[in-house]
Parts: sequence; structure tokens; C-alpha cells
Amino acid sequence: MTEITADHSAGAGTTGRSLLNVGERTRKRNAAEKRFRMMGLAAVAIGIFALVGLMASILSNGLSSFNQTYIALDVYLDPAKLDKNGNRAPEDLQKITTFTIQPLIKTAVQDMLDKRGFAAEGVNPNEAAALISGEAPAELRRFILANPDQIGETISFDLLASGRIDGYFKGRVTMESAALDRNISPEQLVLADRLKEAGILDLRFNWAFFTAPDASDTRPEAAGLGVAILGSAYMMMIVLALSLPIGVAASIYLEEFAPQNRWTDLIEVNIANLAAVPSIVFGILGLALFINFVGLPQSAPIVGALVLTLMTLPTIIIATRAALKAVPPSIRDAALGIGASKMQAIFHHVLPLAAPGILTGAIIGLAQALGETAPLLLIGMVAFVREYPAAPPEGFFDPAAALPVQVYNWTQRGDPAFIERASGAIIVLLIFLLVMNAIAILLRRRFERRW
Amino acid sequence: MTPGTIAIIVLILAAIGYVLGRRRALQAAKREGVKLHSLPGYYGESVALFTAVPALFLMAAWLFLQPIVIESSISAKIPDSVVPEGGAKSLVMVDVRRISDGLGLILAQGDVSESELVDMRADLTNVRSRLAEVGVALGSDVAPAVFEAAKSYREFDSIASSVRNVAVIVVALAFAFWAWSRITPKMRARNITETFIKALLMGSSLVAILTTVGIVASLLFESLQFFQLYPASEFYFSTVWNPQFRGGSDFGFLPLLWGTLYVSFVALLVAVPIGLMIAIYLAEYSGRALRSFAKPAIEVLAGIPTIVYGLFALITVGPFLRDWIAQPLGLGTSSASVMTAGLVMGIMLIPFISSLSDDIINAVPQAMRDGSYGLGATQSETIKQVILPAALPGIVGAFLLAASRAIGETMIVVMGAGAAARLDLNPFEAMTTVTVKIVSQLTGDTEFASPETLVAFALGLTLFVFTLGLNVLALYIVRKYREQYE
Repeated sequence: MTEITADHSAGAGTTGRSLLNVGERTRKRNAAEKRFRMMGLAAVAIGIFALVGLMASILSNGLSSFNQTYIALDVYLDPAKLDKNGNRAPEDLQKITTFTIQPLIKTAVQDMLDKRGFAAEGVNPNEAAALISGEAPAELRRFILANPDQIGETISFDLLASGRIDGYFKGRVTMESAALDRNISPEQLVLADRLKEAGILDLRFNWAFFTAPDASDTRPEAAGLGVAILGSAYMMMIVLALSLPIGVAASIYLEEFAPQNRWTDLIEVNIANLAAVPSIVFGILGLALFINFVGLPQSAPIVGALVLTLMTLPTIIIATRAALKAVPPSIRDAALGIGASKMQAIFHHVLPLAAPGILTGAIIGLAQALGETAPLLLIGMVAFVREYPAAPPEGFFDPAAALPVQVYNWTQRGDPAFIERASGAIIVLLIFLLVMNAIAILLRRRFERRW
Repeated sequence: MTPGTIAIIVLILAAIGYVLGRRRALQAAKREGVKLHSLPGYYGESVALFTAVPALFLMAAWLFLQPIVIESSISAKIPDSVVPEGGAKSLVMVDVRRISDGLGLILAQGDVSESELVDMRADLTNVRSRLAEVGVALGSDVAPAVFEAAKSYREFDSIASSVRNVAVIVVALAFAFWAWSRITPKMRARNITETFIKALLMGSSLVAILTTVGIVASLLFESLQFFQLYPASEFYFSTVWNPQFRGGSDFGFLPLLWGTLYVSFVALLVAVPIGLMIAIYLAEYSGRALRSFAKPAIEVLAGIPTIVYGLFALITVGPFLRDWIAQPLGLGTSSASVMTAGLVMGIMLIPFISSLSDDIINAVPQAMRDGSYGLGATQSETIKQVILPAALPGIVGAFLLAASRAIGETMIVVMGAGAAARLDLNPFEAMTTVTVKIVSQLTGDTEFASPETLVAFALGLTLFVFTLGLNVLALYIVRKYREQYE
């Protein structure tokens, strides 16, 4: 009672203050309130702006990698050069080198220019042939080996244009930069423009980007993600096959059977810590244990997958335990009540009900594993791999690349065209992640039950 | 036969065991006219489990141990004379393994028979060119002793593999027979099966422990080797980092530590205020519509792989900072810098901080807010003077977890911070971190005996201890805080 009167007298002292008549101090407080609120809104805006900026940067750099410049060329497969013995024997054809084929392309380019009447000024025959990618002779060689009967015919090919020409049509190379560039001259670009007008050169969807293997430093136009996608797919297969059963089994034990004691506590603290160990430490583990100690091959998907499995396990265990916990005890009690054993109650009733949550967790864990780069660098997956790994299970032990590592690999190369490729590869990676997360969300929406 | 085939054979045996076990139980029950103790499937399951599990475990253990055992026994046979000056025996063993793989390939080609291979001698045949034909390139000619070692390696390996295959099948059959023959209608098949499965479940939960043990053991083992070659005091207190692949390197940890802490500091300076304000705004102020849009959008940032942030730093943030800030102000000319890596890493950590803080702010009881409002405080005063102090331990925990993430982050700093080890205050200079150096010392051809490689393990050990300490502290704080309101 005394307090109220005291308050009242204090209030009476500050005259002229009411809800309608705002005092100086109130105004200050309201302004502070507004400022604080604005700061909050600004923070949210910065967060969203960062996301938009990140996406815009990747998309603007990478989308062009889905298009590629091709040049249509009729090449005469000269039997006098390709098959001197004239017997089309496979052993002899094997000895054809790309050096033998290069002149054929040069002649074909000259023929094409003469026929169309493009007497290009300032472009000598060698420079004209340089419009075509250095990968083209290898492509022709593969064609000849596969179709020896076509020797002596004139075949029309769609050959890759060289990286600089491709960059010119994508805005990466300009007349000014070409004037300073040893590898390309403005005259060649003029010629390329003419070819484009004539419809000989065109940009089209770049399927090879998804199927072709990596290419050497000087041929960014031929570099593709085939080996990397395959390597990542192999790893994800093994990671799923190992981490899901082990993770679910461990969660069931910890959630349903483990007694409350120090040992269980130790395991739980351990799992929480493993989830926060830097990924590169797992890479060191993989290098020391799987490669150095056990002697598994470097760059192999199996080693990467084992490392990623160990990294994914905590994620899956945490998600599975949450899903098991969400199944109400009444389900277990009912099963036990009609005579099921504990194991039967769990495997026949609790686990199926928790399955959507477990699968969601597994997919999110896999998505994390798919994007992981650092540990794979240490186990040698940065190596330059051009051969596709064999079919599983032998292919698990063959050298392969992985999507995120391929991105890193390309950023380390000199030619700026590889930045485009790297951004394109990121887009592919993000699409995979988007699909996986969408599946996880759908699963959750469709099957999640609220008890 | 490859291990894969053997595994499939074992699984088929297990399936057959299931059928036979089930049938034996049913027949026995019929013959004796009694009821089975368990459902017939459990009898089959018990046979299947005993067939598959011990055999597969044996195979896994054998696959793991075989190379180690063979390695050590062959390595003992190699005379020291063939080990090159200053080199290590492990390098010779690498050659031995490659030659033996090559011999396998030569044999697979079919122009050389097994007996010819046994008689092949390195001083009579040109083994090097022969191996080069099958795609095994060797750095030098093959010494006879090494070639003999390779031959016995191959022989040993193939014998061990056949013994392994036989042993695995025999174990599977023996256990299958034992499990099958003990089936009687009275046998408590369900209890046996369930105990077995429970043991398997328990074993799975041990994988987490084994992983930690593996990490600690591999880091410790290799680090100890490093500290035998290079004094620990010099490693931890020297300010010069200058590895030379010809030996005589300096491994001073301090510049790396400085770079790591500097980058993490910048990152936290970005992430903590923004992340915390996002959490506050979304929890206390924003309407439903904004919240349902902004929260998932921010969380998308958390799902993006770090390589994407690395590329963002490399192609966008780095050049932007260099052209618009560092060069006009004369602070530096490098696009890789502490600022680049720190800013981008800060963006990466925003969702981490905001979602952790969001949980913590939501956990503060509504009564505390109501009390504050009742006393006439504005919303921001309530947040600053009531909610944040109440949530402080949790926020500190989130801060520590974020710091541990920042210290252990690799790809962003590899692509954004540079490789020059330097002690400098200018945030627009390229500096390097512990993780960058682990990557650069361990990628490429690694040879395990040199301090240049082993130093990465010492760095890894330090990093592990550091982050582990932060994590344990953070988890302890978060746990303690949670208990207060529950």
C-alpha cells in the first residue's frame, strides 16, 4: 500500500505527461525502439541480399557453360594419310596420331573457306585452323577407329570451337583483349563472326558438359563433368549403403536399449563432438587410416565414401534419434501389451512410423556429403582423371573425381574459361542438392504425423 | 575370386540357412508333436545370422589386416643396401607393391605363364620396360632384391587371398551347421535372435567411438613422428613458416595461428551481429508472412556447400574488394585477403548463429517478457535488458560453436585467403591459415617420412584440440543453460 502511494506521488511530480502528450524521454525511447527495429530489418535484408548476391554471381558466371560453340566442318578422311597400307587393319589404325589428323582439319577448314569465298584478311591457314579446338583431332581419331570403313569418305562433323572463340560469343573475349592475346587475334574473331552469319558456327546446348571427362589446361572448351558426376554418384551409393544401416542401428540402440550409464554418456558426447569436428580432420583420418595404413588406392571413390560415411553418421544418428523420440510411448506400450517383445515392438511398429523422419535425415546427410570438398582433397581426389571408372563394384577402386573437387580443380587453372566451367559445375551441384532437399521436404510434408 | 563375390556367396548361404533352419524347426515340431517356442521364422533367422555375421566380420578383419601383415614381413626381407641414401624403406615398399601389381597385369595379358614369371630375374630381363608396357611406370631400373621382394609379395598376397576365401566360406558353413543342428522345438530362437541383433545394434553405436579413437590415434601417431624430426618448441613459438621440399624447412606455427584467428575474427564480426539481429527480429518483431519467407531463405545459406562460398570469394568478393576498396586506399593489390575470406565466411556463419540464437530466444519464458512489458518497458528495452541477458549463456554457446566452425573451415580460406604465411595487421593482405597449410602440405604426391608432410598432422592435431575444446565448452554452456528453464 505504501508503495502505491509512493508511486503516485512520484507520478504527480512529473506534470503534463500523458499518453497524448509525449515527453522528451518517451520520444527518445520510441526512437530507440524504432532504430532497433530497423537494425533488425536491415540484418534480415543483408542476409537475404547475401543469398541473392551469391546466387546471382554463380548464375551469371556459370549459365553460359551450358551452351557451347560448335563449327560444322566437312572433313575428307584421306586414305593416303590415314591408312598407307590400304588394308584398314586395326593394328595399323591404332598407330594414327592426332598429328596425322591435324593437317586433315587444316585442309578441311581451307576448303570450307574457299568454297564460301571467305578470303579472310590477315588470317593464315594455321590461324584459321586454330578456330577449331585442339580436342578435335582426338575426336576424329576416335571416330576413325570406330568406323574404319568410312576412310576415304567426306564426313561432316560438328567440331568444338576453340576456347577463345567460344569466349568471344559469350562475351568473355573482346576485340581489345584479343589484340593483347597471344592465342587469338582480332582477325580470327572477325572470321568467326562471318562463319556465324553463314550458319557454319553456332551455339547450342552443351550435352558434353555433363558427359565428357576433364580436359587439359589448354582446352577448357572440352572439359566436362562426366567423371566427376560418376565419382560422386559412386560415393553417394556407398555412403547411403553404409551410413543408413549403421546410423539407424546405433540410434535404435542409444534411444531404446542403452542403459543410462557413463558408457552411454560417453557415446553421446562423442557423437555430438564428431558432428562439430572440422571436415578436414576427417580427411586427415582418411589419409592416415585408409590410404596409408590399410593401403587402399588414392583418388578412389571407396576411400572418399568411407570418409564421408564417418562424417555423415552423426547427422543421421541425430535425425534418427529425433524421429524415434517423436513416436509416442503409447505405440510401444500397446505393442508390448499384446505380447510383442521389445525388439518386435521397435522393428514392427516404432521404426515404420519413424521411417519418414529417418529418411529425411538421411537425405539431408547425403546432401551435406555431396557438397563436402576439403576431406576429398587430402585423399587425392584432385588428381587429373580422364578415364571413366569401371562399373561397380570394381569401379569403386578406380580413380575418379568428385563434383565439388572438380570445381576446386578448375578454379586452380590459368585460363579464365575454367571459371565459367567451375560456376557451371556449381550450378549442377546446386541442382542436385535442390532436388535432394526438395525430396526431403516432400517426404516430411507427406508422411510426417503429429501425435 | 574377389571379396565381393565371396560376400555374395556368404549371403546366399545365409538365405539357404534361413530356409533350412525354418524347415528343420517345423519338421521337428511336427515329429515330436509339440508347439514351437518361437515363430518358425526366428529359427531360420538364427541360422542366417550365425552364417553371415561371423563370416563377414572375419572377411572384413582379414581384408584390413592382410596388407599390413604382408607389408611388415616383406619389408623385413628387403636388405638395407637397396634403400637409397636418405630415402625411406616405405618408398621401396611402394615400388615393391607397384611391381607386384604390374606382374599381375603381365600375367593377365597371357603371354607369360605363372612358372615363367617365377623364373623371371631382374638382372636378366628388362623388367622396367616390360612393366612399362602394361602401364606401370617406374622411376628407375629394378634392383634384383626389390624384384625378388615384389615376387614374394605377389605370391604371399595371392596365397593369403585364397586362404582368406576358403576360411570365410568354412567359417560360414561351420557356424551354419552348428546353428542348424542345435535347433529343437524347445530352443528359444526368438531370444537368441534378438540378443544377437541387440549386440549388432550395440556394435554399430561403437562406430562413433572408433571414429574418434581413429582420429586421435592417427593424428597423435604421425604428430609424434613429426616432433621427433622437428622440435615442438620451435614449431609452436617460431614466427617463420617456410617449408622447402629439399629439407631445412622452417615450420613456425604462429603466422598460421595469427591468420586463422584474424580471418575468424572478421567472420565473427560479420556473422554475430547480423545473425543475432536476424534471430531477434524474426523471433520478436516480424509478422508471419516475412518470417515464413525469411527463415527458410536464411537457412538455405546453411545448406550451401562451402566450395560455393569459396568460388564466390574467388570470383566476386575478392576482385570487388580489391578494385573498390583496397587499391583506391592503397592497402593492397591482392584479391585474396583476410577481408575476402572473413566476409564470405561471415555470410556462411550467419544462418548458423541465427538459427541457434532463435532457438535460445524462443526458449526464454513468455512470463519474463510479460513482466517487463508490465513494468512499462518498450519491446527493444525488453529484448536488450531482459531477453538477451537471460539468453546470454546460450548465445555465448552459439558464438563458440561458430568460432570453432570458422577456425576449422577450409575451402573458403583455401580459395579466398591466400597462401602467404605472414604476421600483419592489414586485413587486405593475403594471409594463410592452419587449414590452408594442411591442404597444401598433403595434396599431391605425399611421402610419409618427411617433416614437410608430417607437419600437416601436427597442424591437424592442434586444430582438432582447439576446436574440440571450443565445442566441449559450448556444449557444456548450452546444456547448463537449458537446465535452468526446464
